[in-house]
Amino acid sequence: MKKTYKIEVDCAVCAGKMEEAAKKTEGVKDAAVSFLTQKMKVEFEDGADVDHIMKAVASACKKVEADCEIFLD
Amino acid sequence: MNKKQKKTLYRIITAAVLFIAAAAAPVTGYVELVLFIIPYLVIGYDVLRKAFKGIINGQIFDENFLMAIATVGALLLGEYPEAVAVMLFYQVGELFESCAVEKSRRNISDLMDIAPDYANLEIGGGGFEAVDPDDVEIGSVIVIKPGERIPIDGEIIEGSSVLNTSALTGESVPRDVAPGDAVISGCINMTGLLRVRTTKEFGESTVSRILELVEESSMKKSRSENFITKFAKYYTPIVCISAAVLAALPPLANILLLNPEPMWAEWAIRALTFLVISCPCALVISVPLSFFGGIGGASAKGILIKGSNYLESLAKAKYIVMDKTGTLTKGKFQVEQIAAESIAEDELLRYAAHAELYSDHPISRCIRDTYEGGLEPQLVSEETEISGMGVKVMYEGKAVAAGNAKLMASIGIEAPIINNPGTVVYVAVDDVYAGYILVADTVKPGAKKAVDSLKSLGIREITLLTGDLKNAAVDTAEKLGIEDVKYELLPEQKVYEVEKILERKQDKEQLVFVGDGINDAPVLMRADIGIAMGAMGSDAAIEAADIVLMDDDPEKIGTAIKISKKTLGIVYQNIVFALGVKGICLILGALGIAGMWAAIFADVGVMVIAVMNAMRALNTKNI
Repeated sequence: MKKTYKIEVDCAVCAGKMEEAAKKTEGVKDAAVSFLTQKMKVEFEDGADVDHIMKAVASACKKVEADCEIFLD
Repeated sequence: MNKKQKKTLYRIITAAVLFIAAAAAPVTGYVELVLFIIPYLVIGYDVLRKAFKGIINGQIFDENFLMAIATVGALLLGEYPEAVAVMLFYQVGELFESCAVEKSRRNISDLMDIAPDYANLEIGGGGFEAVDPDDVEIGSVIVIKPGERIPIDGEIIEGSSVLNTSALTGESVPRDVAPGDAVISGCINMTGLLRVRTTKEFGESTVSRILELVEESSMKKSRSENFITKFAKYYTPIVCISAAVLAALPPLANILLLNPEPMWAEWAIRALTFLVISCPCALVISVPLSFFGGIGGASAKGILIKGSNYLESLAKAKYIVMDKTGTLTKGKFQVEQIAAESIAEDELLRYAAHAELYSDHPISRCIRDTYEGGLEPQLVSEETEISGMGVKVMYEGKAVAAGNAKLMASIGIEAPIINNPGTVVYVAVDDVYAGYILVADTVKPGAKKAVDSLKSLGIREITLLTGDLKNAAVDTAEKLGIEDVKYELLPEQKVYEVEKILERKQDKEQLVFVGDGINDAPVLMRADIGIAMGAMGSDAAIEAADIVLMDDDPEKIGTAIKISKKTLGIVYQNIVFALGVKGICLILGALGIAGMWAAIFADVGVMVIAVMNAMRALNTKNI
């Protein structure tokens, strides 16, 4: 399953870091971040608990880039 | 400017005023330090905060960390004005960059501003109200007034009009529509009021899907992007380590050589200069921005590119394999020539149309459609279809025969041999030869130019693949100047032919397949780059292809390659320029020639110039 989230991040290098952090999060099959469109697309493993995983993704991203925001609606 | 940017601007102005005041004040020692610390904190508190957070989270080597180290270092060395100035210019640069990036982003989205904000949903009593297109259910009736954009895909139930499709195709050829016609979201209704029954949800409608594709295209990263991201990962630590070496080694050497003056401060400042230059942001932002601009510019031309990676590899296209029917030809039979003997041309057509009245063959249908007078089925009788020859009927009391030369021979007529490509339908009335009608699939007007432009773009081989018969295939190939043609192929044989080329080409060379997207899905997937044509509304094509040409124009293939080459050129310029300037500044910094000021230019100036250069990719008007 794939989902796209709106994000807020200030620089391109930071967006790359977020992408890597998201990819490494458990339950995430693949992730891509576009700095230009300010969006993050996450592909989850089958049967994953999306809310739970996205919380983990958000905190992982906060760690590598303190000034980022993922809007989980 | 958004709120955040405005806040930064106010901080910059405040800090600048305080900075000038501090510099003008006739004080020394701790008072001076305090006077400079005030503007320093005003302008740099967030950088320091982020740097601190980064260190806690194990993220050293990010730009905040570098700026914090460089400026705190300068303060410790007593270079108060430099410390404040570096921070000040860093923030000016950041602000400039964020404005430039936002402007480019807005430019691109303006180009893609084809999404309607509302739909006029019909409500009881003949009125309508404007609602969010997202709230319109399938099967609802919406009203589109002249001048409005069609918000959702649907079918016209009332009204006829002319549609402007330029937002989707990049061409402003108007399209006439009438009740029963399917209409696609994103087109502008130009003349009449339309009532449309929606056949899709807003999210599934053409316009939403296109926007989604373009937005997501920046997530499919190109090799240049991956290269630069990887490069940045090593670049920053390497520069930081070099800075440490630069700060420590020369003074140590001085001590070892018993130099009376180890010059710690001098080398420390040079090292700090290094740190300021080390931020890789200019590179990292300019590469994806160029691709994004290229994709945005292409979509303004009706070319949808589904990923930066495809835009990148298209420039290396060396082999182009094309489908014939629907790609280079119109895919529709058309009466090419009416050669009447002894009777008028429209008479001949009238006889032929009535003879072919009940036949379901595409050629028969084409002849019937060409005849503009009304058909009179009540006057046709005794119709017999002779397989492999043609048809015979009684029409207006006359025996009319229409078919090939064999049919003519069977009624004792020696038909003239016609060498033109296409299918010849001979007509005889009461066993007297009346003439022939030539029916053929016509080559698209731009097809020849398209092939020529591909050749001039350095395509090594152009191959035509078709399921058609030899005659038609070879004729089309000759007309277009394509030497390599394979005909009478089944879909799986097309895949086989493409695989043969894939095997003998070199890795770096790209094979492009261009098809009409409907029955070419397997080949589209197999090729390095699949281009689908005429995709207005065809979901299958949008799904299977990597690049989608929204209209039927084969010339767009060359346009896409040109856009790709231009974009790639800009990407390389930016990489070389950014690395070059940074490299020179690093060397000059190490030699003590370039100070902090040059370092700031190397960081911020390069970024701004690279971003502006990247925006050129957006301009595809003269391609």
